[in-house]
Amino acid sequence: MPLLWLRVATVLYGVGLIHAILMLRQRGERSGRIAAPAVGLGMVFHFVSLVETASFYGYAALLTIRHAESALALIIALIFTGLYLRYKTASPAAFIFPLIFMLTFASAIAQHSVTISSSSIFGGWILFHVCTLIFGYAMLFLSFVSSLLYLVLSRQLKRKQTSSWAARMPALQEIDQLGYRALLLGFPFMTIGLLAGSVVAEERFGAAFATDPKVLLSLLMWGLYLVLLYTRWSAGLRGRKAAYMASFAFLIAVCAWGANYLSKLHRFIAP
Amino acid sequence: MNFFVLGVNHKTAPVEVRERFAISESRLPEALGKLTSMSGVEEGMIVSTCNRVEIFARSANGDCDLQKFVREYFGFVAGEYEQYIFEHQQLEAVKHVFRVASSLDSMVVGESQILGQVKEAYATARALGAVNSQLDQLLTRAFAVAKKIRSETAIASSSVSIASVAVELAEKIFGSLAGKSVYLVGAGKMCELAARHLIAHGARKIYVGNRTYDRAVALAEKFEGEAIPFDRLYDTAPWADIIISSTGAPHAIFRKEHGEKFLHIRKNRPMFFIDIAVPRDIDPALNDLDGIFVYNIDDLQQVVQSHIGDRRKEAGRAELMVEEEVRKFEQRAQTADVVPTIVSLQQHLENLRQAELDRVRGRLGTLSPEQEMAVEALTRGIINKIMHTPITTLKSAARDAESTTVVDVVRKLFNLRSERPAEPETPPDPPAPPPPAPAPLQDQAAMTTSASPARANQDQK
Repeated sequence: MPLLWLRVATVLYGVGLIHAILMLRQRGERSGRIAAPAVGLGMVFHFVSLVETASFYGYAALLTIRHAESALALIIALIFTGLYLRYKTASPAAFIFPLIFMLTFASAIAQHSVTISSSSIFGGWILFHVCTLIFGYAMLFLSFVSSLLYLVLSRQLKRKQTSSWAARMPALQEIDQLGYRALLLGFPFMTIGLLAGSVVAEERFGAAFATDPKVLLSLLMWGLYLVLLYTRWSAGLRGRKAAYMASFAFLIAVCAWGANYLSKLHRFIAP
Repeated sequence: MNFFVLGVNHKTAPVEVRERFAISESRLPEALGKLTSMSGVEEGMIVSTCNRVEIFARSANGDCDLQKFVREYFGFVAGEYEQYIFEHQQLEAVKHVFRVASSLDSMVVGESQILGQVKEAYATARALGAVNSQLDQLLTRAFAVAKKIRSETAIASSSVSIASVAVELAEKIFGSLAGKSVYLVGAGKMCELAARHLIAHGARKIYVGNRTYDRAVALAEKFEGEAIPFDRLYDTAPWADIIISSTGAPHAIFRKEHGEKFLHIRKNRPMFFIDIAVPRDIDPALNDLDGIFVYNIDDLQQVVQSHIGDRRKEAGRAELMVEEEVRKFEQRAQTADVVPTIVSLQQHLENLRQAELDRVRGRLGTLSPEQEMAVEALTRGIINKIMHTPITTLKSAARDAESTTVVDVVRKLFNLRSERPAEPETPPDPPAPPPPAPAPLQDQAAMTTSASPARANQDQK
């Protein structure tokens, strides 16, 4: 059943994705009436799917990469809802919904035969590591989306162009602040999550884990995160440069996430 | 439905003609009194604004000479200003009222002032009793249509003046303008106007820099701002989030290197430059800097034009909505035209029923309550059956615009009174024909009581 609910949620998110694309093409006034309830309903099904997964297989089931992706998608959908309620705009949907849809779709088509051996889990450490990092990734993604919105709106303002899609965006300074706050909020989670993971990895693999590509990319991502925050705080780095940097940090984060599929040491439980 | 509209507006008459027709607020009661005392005018209302002077009226018999009112009230001779006056009747008048209230007939389509002005004129006329029946319904409907158009189209969603566009852009950059500071460079009228708009939207601090310091002081005093000597311009400019420049300098006074310095001091917090000077005060290269946005007078004008274009597109949708609303209004009004006849018919047959019952009651002897109910049900059933077809025919005829003939026929057939009874709020439903098979006496009585003409008359009262 959890898989069925997840697939229903994927279809409903698909409606949100179509609406987001129509909005970019200056259409979508009518689809908006269907998309908002569809996405809301999708989130309910999505939540039910995760709760059922946790109750059937235990919380450790969330450690499979597919369920981690599913949880990340739900957190991003919740963040989008928060933005929608705060700024009364669905403009970020154009950047957010492709990812939500991709993550839920990937999770929904995967085989879900979850078998978890207790020896693969070091108490609650890995669960803590995964949960904090999922939140950290979600915040980094929000910062990335803010960067894209900033670049689009800034470009339109400088070129003296107005599209109805951009006209519905929050103000430039609000977008900038949003990206900065997402970084501020996400950084502690990312740091704690990486530390927790390092402790477990050191315990299991010894010094060998430090040369794993996944670990190296994660460290690079964390370093960029730190530089981004520091330059913003000390030199007031904002605007286009900050947006480019946040985009680069997110690109590295995507690589670090993707390295889960390549790493020999750092693996989620088999999907 | 005998509605009339006559007047002059910005489309038909220049200002020197419109001002001859203007009726001040203090003279409005007197004008309305004269209008409604004219023969044929049942209700009337006058809208007098800088862009239009229009008279809305309703006549009971379709005879309403508003031209005569205009001649007599303003003292014009016959034919004078005739070419500037427009006149609409019946559905065209209804459509015009809807369009005016919805701001589709305004100089700046979508502006919100006209709705308030029409509402004020309506309130005045209503208070004086000049609007009390069908014209009241027309105006109430017009306000609802205007509201619907404003909420369902984007006709009024964008700014169409230079100053309001400047505010809109500033809000797009900074979000709320609360607490933002504005620097006026030069003390021109446009600067002042833009500053007023920004302050109205929350801007807090105003700095004024001008080559003539006294003028800077005078303008700063108006806004409780701070005058800055012109030689301190580059040191103080980074204090402001928004800079409006309108000096008469022959060359740019803000160049790229200034912008870089400002951004460094402001830790890259954005700045919005509005250049309303010709020749321009701000080097366009400043716009290339990340965090600085420069709009000159042409850029602002371009945004205004684009918004006007958007409004025009939306106006097309709004016109279709008006057409639809006029059609609905016509249908309602046509049904209302036959309502008095339906009510008279119901009353007439009910009187006949009561009279016949009274006549035969002596011969029936004493009846038990059940028998009383059975007789009531029987007689009402017969009357309802007789009335069903004429009422249905009247209602369908009303929609087919042949109501006058059918009304006359029905009135003659049933010998109804020629004077019309007071109109009920909603048209009564035709009585349901009695069931083909006789039902048990009690049930039948219960069924027919609810559709009785007496009940309809009670509702009417």
